[in-house]
Amino acid sequence: MDRRRRRTDSMSDDEDDDRGRKRRRIATDGGVDIEDRLESLITRVGEKSTSSLESNLEGLAGVLEADIPNYKHKIMKILCECVVKLPEKLTVYTTLVGLLNAKNYNCGGEFVEMLVRNLKEALKTGEFENARMMVRFLSDLVNCHVLVAASLIQMYDSFVEVTLEDNIPQVRSDIYVYLVLSSLPWVGRELYEKKEKELDAVLSTIDNYLSKRQKIHLPALKAWSNDGPHPQEEYLDCLWAQIKNLRNSKWIEKQLIRPYLAFDSVLCDALQHTLPQIIPPSHNKSMTYPLPRVVFRLFDYTDVPQGTVLPGSHAIERYLIEEQLNRIIHTNNLERKECAAALLGYPAKNKIPLNYMIVEVMFGQLFELPRSPYIDLFYGATFIELCKLQPTSMPEVLAQASEMLFERIETMHSICIERFVMWFSYHLSNFQYRWSWDDWAECVEMDPNAPKSKFVREVLLKCLRFSYHQRVSESVPDSFAPLLPPEPNPVYRYEQEGAGSLPGTTHAHKLISSIKSKCTPDEAAILLKDLPNQYPNGQENENPAFNPLKIDVFFATLLHLGSKSISHSFAALAKFHPNLKSLAEFDDGKVCLLKVLYETWKNNQQMMVVLVDKLLRTEVVDCSSVANWLFSFEMQHDFTSFYVWEIMHSTIKKMSRHVDQLQHEVDEAHDKQEAVKRKEADGLDLGDEDVPSDEAIERMEEKLEAATSAQKNLFLVIFQRFMIVLTEHLARCESASVDYNTPWFKWVIERLQQVFLVHHELVYRYVSTLELLLFTSDIDIHILEVFQQFCALRS
Amino acid sequence: MSKRKHPSGAASLSQYRDQHFRGNRHEQEQKLLASSTLYIGNLSFYTSEGQIHELFGRAGDVKRIVMGLDKVKKTPCGFCFVEYYTRSDAEVAIRYINGTRLDDRIIRTDWDTGFKEGRQYGRGKTGGQVRDEYRTDYDEARGGYGKMLANKIRRTSDVPS
Repeated sequence: MDRRRRRTDSMSDDEDDDRGRKRRRIATDGGVDIEDRLESLITRVGEKSTSSLESNLEGLAGVLEADIPNYKHKIMKILCECVVKLPEKLTVYTTLVGLLNAKNYNCGGEFVEMLVRNLKEALKTGEFENARMMVRFLSDLVNCHVLVAASLIQMYDSFVEVTLEDNIPQVRSDIYVYLVLSSLPWVGRELYEKKEKELDAVLSTIDNYLSKRQKIHLPALKAWSNDGPHPQEEYLDCLWAQIKNLRNSKWIEKQLIRPYLAFDSVLCDALQHTLPQIIPPSHNKSMTYPLPRVVFRLFDYTDVPQGTVLPGSHAIERYLIEEQLNRIIHTNNLERKECAAALLGYPAKNKIPLNYMIVEVMFGQLFELPRSPYIDLFYGATFIELCKLQPTSMPEVLAQASEMLFERIETMHSICIERFVMWFSYHLSNFQYRWSWDDWAECVEMDPNAPKSKFVREVLLKCLRFSYHQRVSESVPDSFAPLLPPEPNPVYRYEQEGAGSLPGTTHAHKLISSIKSKCTPDEAAILLKDLPNQYPNGQENENPAFNPLKIDVFFATLLHLGSKSISHSFAALAKFHPNLKSLAEFDDGKVCLLKVLYETWKNNQQMMVVLVDKLLRTEVVDCSSVANWLFSFEMQHDFTSFYVWEIMHSTIKKMSRHVDQLQHEVDEAHDKQEAVKRKEADGLDLGDEDVPSDEAIERMEEKLEAATSAQKNLFLVIFQRFMIVLTEHLARCESASVDYNTPWFKWVIERLQQVFLVHHELVYRYVSTLELLLFTSDIDIHILEVFQQFCALRS
Repeated sequence: MSKRKHPSGAASLSQYRDQHFRGNRHEQEQKLLASSTLYIGNLSFYTSEGQIHELFGRAGDVKRIVMGLDKVKKTPCGFCFVEYYTRSDAEVAIRYINGTRLDDRIIRTDWDTGFKEGRQYGRGKTGGQVRDEYRTDYDEARGGYGKMLANKIRRTSDVPS
């Protein structure tokens, strides 16, 4: 039959294929697809509404009951999606399921079956956050008389038994304990009333486990190294303390909305189901478990205004509110305006200092180690929206928080100080750089490496990048002059006073006029041909691999002529790319080139960052030469400057992106080849498809291998250089019998930690090589500790 | 060109379409959906490339910045193009930077089909951006009053009293 004709008269009565039926249904429903309507009804229940939640739930349960005969599977699927996607409305959905179960026992059973299937799958594939929401949901179903309490205890039992397994990483047993603990605020009371003995047994297994747990990783993840004024606790320890408090108050909490209480009379008549056995899938090496965390604490009840009560750090309410705020951020992280509105719209049941809790949760995420969940910019932009929505109160709380962060900066981790600088400078740039700087005047007198002084200097440097020198210097008190960055102008030695006596000056001046009259790269090269192999100060260079004077004259002049803007510099580098390539053919030349860049732009860190990036991308220099340059003698006095580490990490990132790209290409080529082989085997026509040949794939694999070994080499270079500078420092202090723990040492050892943490997945690939070659047991314990803490993250 | 998924919320395409685009509406839309280039508007004439780089660099790796210039004077006239290496970084910039401040001004970001030679120049009759001809407010960072109003003021003040 002609398909086109069938379609045109699909509305006729003799039409009976699938498409026709579907069309008719849509037509009779007035154009609205029933399935879409169900989804919208279910996902929207519990949102703000003119009628009460209870009546909405009752109504919805009635509608769904009528639709179950025809749309059972779809309804179950939507509900299962709500479990993981809308966990903030968990109790609304457990109540709904409870009502459905009371009306239709089989339907309740099938829902539980489907959710259990999803849970098993999530545990198998390592989607532990989704698994946690499902476990919590199942737990709350006990409250709604859908599940038998004893069967839930059985599931808990099998989860906490993981703590007794041998030869597993701690992160595995951690997560299974966490699944149980984080469900208890919902179902603790019910279990206490019905199965007290069994619940106690579960808790005592957990208690046992937690008291023996290793916490070597803890120092690596703490925003502050000391515990004053507020302890920065390991997430399981903190939750355990909160759960113990909850248990002491007979499992009664004041935060959760429990709509099922209103339906008690309906629900208590319902028949309950028994959870099938859920055994955790056994451990395998390829499974990645969530990393441990530390709970960020900034405020306590004394910090917030009277009339509101900030729940104590071990109150279960603190955990519950924080978790909800974190979820709101998670759901809305792509839309800063919606995110800010949703955070401020948090339905606080009790009088809580919401602004303080939002600020603490946001900073908690920003300072999370190893990495923040979202890009820095998200937090900055969302704080701005929060301030816009609450202009009278939010800026005040943020200022108070900034003040406190600054006061506690001495023991703050360098990575967090860096993020603090990034956020604070960004925030100032959006609020006319207004700040009560006078309060921080003490830093003027401090050691430049002291954290407070460093913080202010780095903030001003970032403000300089956002604005201009005059603007920054006018925003701070006059007394801050010593902290101000220099004007970001280039230095060109061949036009400075006394340049006449330098060996390269005549050539430099000739080069300037040639480039200005648009000479070719070849002509420029010829001009410098007869420069002797010396250093710019006249000292001989014995190394024939590079000519420092030639590099200095050429590159310094090129940078000088392009110094008007980033674009001018880029244009200059692009035009004379061949000259740069040949001047810096070997490693020493590359490092020499970078030193010239530093000499020219040492007062403009942004230019250095941007131009190193360009030199790397155009392959004038490579990643390990950048690392070697940053560790070189000439850079020592800038070693604790933040821009050095900005360059270091962007270099590592570029390297890893390159490896990923090549890996992707190889994988794609393999896939293509296999697809073609399958087609061939099935006797299908291949057409003129572009099939990569074996040789082509081999070449790609060679490239990938080379890049991977370059990456490994980069890490080896970085770690080795770290070891050298740190060991030298420790030895120097020991021989002079002074305390090694100087501000410099803190910056540098934490920068080492940063390389491990920020790139932890990558570094982990080379962990055995590192252990074998570098982090051996005979090195200094302070350095070795950093490595051990890193390894403990996954052990 | 392959069909692209429409980005959601703050990163979706705005209503604005460049009237000088060579091609039909569909082609233009496809290009906007695939682009890694943003148009940035309402800049101060005094904002430098470096300042723009600092802000937009926080969203991702910036490939290049093309400053918008006055066609006659060849000086910045309050807009620019920012090109990223990847589409996803450009999306981050639109999501978090649009409507925030740079150099004390609320700036606007929008998708652009990609820079072409000639597009760096203002399209107003006097060389700058069209909006700076008809403005009636006094905006110091964008050359004071709008060009037409400024001329009128000048003419009136030229009349001997």
